[in-house]
Amino acid sequence: MSDHKKIDFKTLQYAGQEGRLIPLLQQAQAQDGYIARERLQEISEQTGAPIAQIYGVATFYAQFRFQPVGKHILRVCHGTACHVAGAKAISEALESHFGIHDGETTPDREYTLETVSCLGCCSLAPVIMIDGATYGNLSPTDIKKVIKQHRQAGEEVVKK
Amino acid sequence: MKILVGLGTCGIAAGSETIYRSLAARAGNGGPKFELGKTGCLGMCYIEPLVEVLDDLGAVWQYGGVTEDKLDRILDEHVAGGRPVDEWLVWSDEGRGNEGAYLARQNRIVLRNCGRIDPEVLEDYLAVGGYDALRKVLQDKDPDGLINLVVESGLRGRGGAGFLTGMKWRFTRLATGDHKYIICNADEGDPGAFMDRSVLESDPHSVLEGMAVAGYAIGADHGYIYARAEYPKAIERLNIAIAQAEARGFLGDRILGSDFNFHIRLKEGAGAFVCGEETALIGSIEGHRGMPRVRPPFPATKGLWGCPTSINNVETFANVPWIIANGAAAFNCLGTANSKGTKVFAMAGKVRRGGLVEVPMGISIREIVFEICGGIAGDRKFKAVQMGGPSGGCIPAELYDTVIDYESINKTGAIMGSGGLVVMVETTCMVDIARFFLDFTQRESCGKCTFCRVGTKRMLEILTRICEGEGRDGDIELLEHLAHLVKNNSLCGLGQTAPNPVLTTLKYFRSEYEAHITNKKCPAHHCQKLLTYTITEACTGCLACGRVCPTGAITGEKKQLHHLDQSKCIQCDECHKTCRFHAIVRS
Repeated sequence: MSDHKKIDFKTLQYAGQEGRLIPLLQQAQAQDGYIARERLQEISEQTGAPIAQIYGVATFYAQFRFQPVGKHILRVCHGTACHVAGAKAISEALESHFGIHDGETTPDREYTLETVSCLGCCSLAPVIMIDGATYGNLSPTDIKKVIKQHRQAGEEVVKK
Repeated sequence: MKILVGLGTCGIAAGSETIYRSLAARAGNGGPKFELGKTGCLGMCYIEPLVEVLDDLGAVWQYGGVTEDKLDRILDEHVAGGRPVDEWLVWSDEGRGNEGAYLARQNRIVLRNCGRIDPEVLEDYLAVGGYDALRKVLQDKDPDGLINLVVESGLRGRGGAGFLTGMKWRFTRLATGDHKYIICNADEGDPGAFMDRSVLESDPHSVLEGMAVAGYAIGADHGYIYARAEYPKAIERLNIAIAQAEARGFLGDRILGSDFNFHIRLKEGAGAFVCGEETALIGSIEGHRGMPRVRPPFPATKGLWGCPTSINNVETFANVPWIIANGAAAFNCLGTANSKGTKVFAMAGKVRRGGLVEVPMGISIREIVFEICGGIAGDRKFKAVQMGGPSGGCIPAELYDTVIDYESINKTGAIMGSGGLVVMVETTCMVDIARFFLDFTQRESCGKCTFCRVGTKRMLEILTRICEGEGRDGDIELLEHLAHLVKNNSLCGLGQTAPNPVLTTLKYFRSEYEAHITNKKCPAHHCQKLLTYTITEACTGCLACGRVCPTGAITGEKKQLHHLDQSKCIQCDECHKTCRFHAIVRS
């Protein structure tokens, strides 16, 4: 990690509390996009918990990643309603559009593709979510358009 | 005139934020005058974005499927001219509108404020009687009487298991401990269920009030909300609501001038389905791997940090203020002998009107699917409903007169669960659905119990090979055998119920399994490996399919009928997806 900045975990609001381990990991991931090895070390030093224990907790939960991710996280919902409505075809269309597989990041480090269990927008199935924005009622042919829209929206923000 | 825009997750996904911005721009633009506001989700997800016009006489007019170009007419004719645009009107309290049937048969207790108030404005909640229940409870100073009232109401836990809420509170009250805790289980992990998300996004204060009342009943001074990280909007609004309630003295120390202290903290889940199980959830809040432990001791005696803890889910808490305000009798007169009140269902799948439906217990599946939700979407044939998510099961069309109560649903082999109801039609393969759920539970198994960890894996392998045309004689019996072992030898609800989707589909759709195994055919034409692709006379010879075929199975000259060599076909579906003339059929 070239731009490694230490997080002062002691100053965080929940620092002294019991059960702080998961919020600390969430904090680390929010800052870096993933859990870096150095972070595990830092959390261990500051909480006194052995790295093995911290790693054990972190790997238990689906939220935590151990590889750097792209600028945007693209989640494909594979809940029941989306499955019935053809989520598999959506995933395939995304994979072929980006040329990557589930869990991988595009070479330009823009998008990371993730499969999730349910985003809770079942009546809009099939659904994908890019960062916080949800796109529903998709068909595999919509994918190109959605990604293009998203890229443009991103560029507009940059311009502003 | 006031205009409200529905800004729940479904609405936002359908474009309601654009509508809101567009209205905001017009509000100050010299056109018709109106006040602009936000609201949550009305539950009519199928016809989002929703825009509500509240006229000067206090009448409510709801427009659905609103797009930016519809706004001009609504503003000109309705807001300025006073003539509602009937064409797009979905509902009004005067009985006009095209979608009245969806709401007419519902009985909204949990969803009473959803889509009616601005979830980010405390005054809105107070205006509809918010925090009156808490005030009353603190004035009465009778926690035992309060618990008796909740017991009498017959309210059962809406998270799935259906334990009497009042009894849970009583056990926790009677238990001894230095501290006691209330936990709100908002880890809505069942794929296909979204009622908790909607309540948290649309009416967060009702959940906070329910928790504070519960805290007073059992003598707790701290509450935790364990919410899914996948629900960013719900978390954002909960944080706003907690801050508002603290600022106004509805939460915190010496609430409303009494000697009752109650603090609520929000914990974001980190993505583990098993944490919906109460002991696993406690472990997760404590900062451990979320693995269930043996019960007893139940959390009511030994829960969070070893202290007595009562865990209830979002929908359960949202019921509580209503019961206190309206009395136990108003609640227990609804429903059946052992299931009182209402239940919220998240309707999804191949149904015409998908969204949230709150109905009294005792209503039949047929009434929900056909009368309220308008039946099946498209020209499809109703095949089954899936209830209770990965822990539930598939109830076939012929049992659609089954009534909604905990016991009747259990008899079918499914469970009430949290209330996800996915409607399936003849193109849904039941073996694939069983495989889909088992794939989920197998991944989400925490691995503590051998039968759950290994058993679900082996079951998944069998189901996968059946779907891929590699099924063998004896596979069905082997599945049944494993299913019973997993059910009987797992510690928590995840393992005990994981085989339900397999067992119910075997019970009601056994012939589909047999067709897959013996005839190597998928009757629903879903399982790709079992499909046969043929080219019909409709082929125009455009060459497109031949170009995408990865194995060169398709041959033919330009403008000539093409030929597909079955021995080379790998059922990749590329030709079928490419053909614009519907000339490639799957059988």
